[in-house]
Amino acid sequence: MSTQVPETQETEESEAETETESVPVAQQRRQQRKADRRERVEERERERTEEEAASDENRYHLKVFRYDPEVEGKQEPRFDEFHVPYHKGMTVLDALMYARDHFDSSLTFRHSCRQAICGSDAMFVNGRQRLCCKTQLSDLEEPVRVEPLPHQEVVKDLVVDMEHFYDQMEAVEPFFQTNDLPDGELDEQRQTRENREKVKMSTRCIWCGACMSSCNIAAGDNEYLGPAAINKAYRFAMDEREGSDMKEHRLRILEQEHGVWRCQTQFSCTEVCPKDIPLTAHIQELKREAVKNNLKFW
Amino acid sequence: MYEHDVIVVGAGGAGLRAAIAAQEEGADVAIVSKLHPVRSHTGAAEGGINAALREGDSWEDHAYDTMKGSDYLGDAPAIETLCQDSPKETIQLEHWGMAFSRDDDGRVSQRPFGGLSFPRTTYAGAETGHQLLHTMYEQLVKRGIKVYDEWYVLNLAVSDEEVPEERSCHGIVAYDIQSGEVSGFRARNGVILATGGPGQVFDHTTNAVANTGDGVAMAYRAGVPMEDMEFIQFHPTTLPSTGVLITEGVRGEGGILYNENGERLMFEYGYANNAGELASRDVVSRAELTEINAGRGIEDEYVHLDMRHLGEERIIDRLENIVHLSEDFEGVDPLEEPMPVKPGQHYAMGGVETDENGETCITGLYAAGECACASVHGSNRLGGNALPELIVFGRRAGAHAAGKDLGTAEITTGKRGEWEAGEVDTPVAPGAVRSPDDSAVADGGERAADGGTMAATGDEVVTRAVDAENRRIDHLMTKEDGVQHAEIRSEVQKSMTRHVNVFREKEGLKQALVDLREARERYTDVYVNDPSRTYNTDLIQTIETRNILDLAEAITLGALARDEFRGAHWRKEHQERDDENWLKHTMLSWNEGSPELWYKPVILEGENKTYEPKIRSY
Ligand SMILES: Cc1cc2nc3c(=O)[nH]c(=O)nc-3n(C[C@H](O)[C@H](O)[C@H](O)COP(=O)(O)OP(=O)(O)OC[C@H]3O[C@@H](n4cnc5c(N)ncnc54)[C@H](O)[C@@H]3O)c2cc1C
Ligand code: SF4
Ligand code: FES
Repeated sequence: MSTQVPETQETEESEAETETESVPVAQQRRQQRKADRRERVEERERERTEEEAASDENRYHLKVFRYDPEVEGKQEPRFDEFHVPYHKGMTVLDALMYARDHFDSSLTFRHSCRQAICGSDAMFVNGRQRLCCKTQLSDLEEPVRVEPLPHQEVVKDLVVDMEHFYDQMEAVEPFFQTNDLPDGELDEQRQTRENREKVKMSTRCIWCGACMSSCNIAAGDNEYLGPAAINKAYRFAMDEREGSDMKEHRLRILEQEHGVWRCQTQFSCTEVCPKDIPLTAHIQELKREAVKNNLKFW
Repeated sequence: MYEHDVIVVGAGGAGLRAAIAAQEEGADVAIVSKLHPVRSHTGAAEGGINAALREGDSWEDHAYDTMKGSDYLGDAPAIETLCQDSPKETIQLEHWGMAFSRDDDGRVSQRPFGGLSFPRTTYAGAETGHQLLHTMYEQLVKRGIKVYDEWYVLNLAVSDEEVPEERSCHGIVAYDIQSGEVSGFRARNGVILATGGPGQVFDHTTNAVANTGDGVAMAYRAGVPMEDMEFIQFHPTTLPSTGVLITEGVRGEGGILYNENGERLMFEYGYANNAGELASRDVVSRAELTEINAGRGIEDEYVHLDMRHLGEERIIDRLENIVHLSEDFEGVDPLEEPMPVKPGQHYAMGGVETDENGETCITGLYAAGECACASVHGSNRLGGNALPELIVFGRRAGAHAAGKDLGTAEITTGKRGEWEAGEVDTPVAPGAVRSPDDSAVADGGERAADGGTMAATGDEVVTRAVDAENRRIDHLMTKEDGVQHAEIRSEVQKSMTRHVNVFREKEGLKQALVDLREARERYTDVYVNDPSRTYNTDLIQTIETRNILDLAEAITLGALARDEFRGAHWRKEHQERDDENWLKHTMLSWNEGSPELWYKPVILEGENKTYEPKIRSY
């Protein structure tokens, strides 16, 4: 399995020990009771759902990755099974929410908009990076296996640490820059329709991280900017409002050791992007631009 | 304890704009947000930003349209500020690189929108909010503004003088979702709430799961009145399983609404014999619900919106994104089948009472965006007027909190100006289950948990607030059994959707209050099952549910008190707008757990003219 759980077993144990010492005994006991009780409830719930699953065909069978660094029984990653009643139109996210609200309130995942715009719920569903709110259960084979995004550290259950992804996004000067803004505060910059059309797809990124997670190169080279960040740079480099000086500056950033040349055109990012952004094509175009740019000074 | 000059709670359009403005005024500013900024629900806005940019248009016309749309319950100083500042703020976004759609001459595109006398809705495809949110976050990165993301703000740190108008805000208490750390944040100059809409009060909404009205509830319990909460906008065509919005464009192109019997309901039952499917949002929403309630809905839940007769070519040409939405979120191919739709909660006109500088009646506490009520939208918001509100009032609140002089506001806050007492006959007492309520679970109704000794310094106010929140969290985490929040939340949402939707009848509203009372009682027994301190969303949602309770009750109380039909607020027993008695804002003060209803007059006097109430017909 490609999912990463932080720290090696050893350090985890020693850390757990030091922590135990600092937690008051009474609280520890309460936690334990709570955990025991929870186990029992879960056990009953599991039995019940198993029964229901047998009796009710109209349920979807989910296998969901569980891990919590500080809860006994979850420190060792495991899969929990849920049988969720199905209705037409139900997405993977709907099923996870149902399981949380009816079976186990500690089931943890990020989500917010439910409409493929906040980018919170990219996960590894049946072996592929997908946005859960945009994935119909009916398109998937059972049991539906839900795991956190591979190649990122797991914080808990389906939540991964996004810091590295954000760092890469922010490493490409991801903001508009130009040297000649109109003077008047009501004077807009002009942009042709064609140019707006050219950058349109690149502006649709919702920072879900699916592309980065699917990329073999990014997995091997932690400093590789990755498809989303390069696409962000593309969005500005191709925007005629920034001007040619700025474009050169941007191409220089992208040409660095861990920039566009790392990409080996495997297309995995393009395949998983929930916003259909032609990432590989954008990276290739930037490579060509970079070559052109260098020839200019040759 | 962390410390900054200005602290902004929330990182949607309003919060981001406020932070940028505060920094431009030289303040050390930080944002604290439960979501990473780009996850905020501003990203979901599709249509556009109203701004009078072109020849033939003027801020005065925009103001007139807005006042008329508000059904004369907007305050002129706020509306005029919105319309005057919006052009400059919209072009500011363009200067920051926002990818607006473009006309042939290279200028930003504008389109017509309902209720507007000029096509002034400035847009970026069908994804204006997404472009706006990301453009502003880019500016945040550029400026290096500090963001505490995935920090949940639990409460405000406000001093405890008797009278709310004498209190001051010194910071906030927040919970780091990833680590479970509770910490105080001291704000030397001010705190700005920008926490967005309260959609989760209802079980079916276009809002995000994170839109739980936290900011409004926190300000309310600290002493700031909620204003005009009963005015909730519903959208008639949302997908039943998710609440995803299907644009009016489908009906504009000729889409037809059918009930279970295949009858064209808008005509068959005379809901709108002229306009048909193109009648206004509230009329269509009520028509659909009437059908569903009469047993003519499909699966007793929704009606059909059919566009197959338009033909594949036309659909793909003009409404392609609708085909994707329907397939992805509902599993229905609208080229083959009609789309299921039903009304969904969409927008809250009311919120935290502020003046046109974003300031509340508590010194140092501000609010902007959908959580605030300045009031720009009155009883009904025009499409395209929320996004400009974010940037106009976000900027003003940020600049003012950082110390910029914006002149004296014309709108008064709290009971500083003219006001009158209100009365409403309720079947059960609203407010805290025990009053004064000092139980940990309820997040104190009693301000002075230390027995009334007023904290002397700002630091002490923050420290005391941190202690109170630690008690609350310890209580929720150590309680071993009881009720789980999800049950309570779902009951509240169901009752609200049933009784306080586009149809409002006296008896139904009273029933909702009874249900809410019961929910409040059950909440005193709430516990958190997940024992972990790491990313405990069970705990966060349990606290959010507490906020949902306060908002649901305020919406219902306002709806019961206001016995007239104005804007989005419809009452079965009262089918007329009543200007004689109701040209006033509904105000609700928490009053340490025994909510107090009062009113303040609407301001119709503008800079150059007075807006005379006219019939709102289009
Ligand atoms: C589907 C849809 C379409 C729309 N289309 C349009 C349109 O075309 N034109 C238009 O003008 N308006 C439109 N609107 C309305 C408009 O988009 C919203 O009113 C607006 O975006 C709200 O922005 P905001 O900044 O106030 O809040 P949000 O963007 O919702 O941000 C709220 C922020 O507060 C934070 N937060 C909340 N609670 C806490 C807490 N306790 N602690 C810490 N942080 C917290 C969140 O993390 C988030 O960052 C639309 C709305 C919807 C739902
Ligand atoms: S490029 Fe696509 S897959 Fe990658 S983060 Fe953006 S939206 Fe997600
Ligand atoms: S929940 Fe927002 S993208 Fe899926």
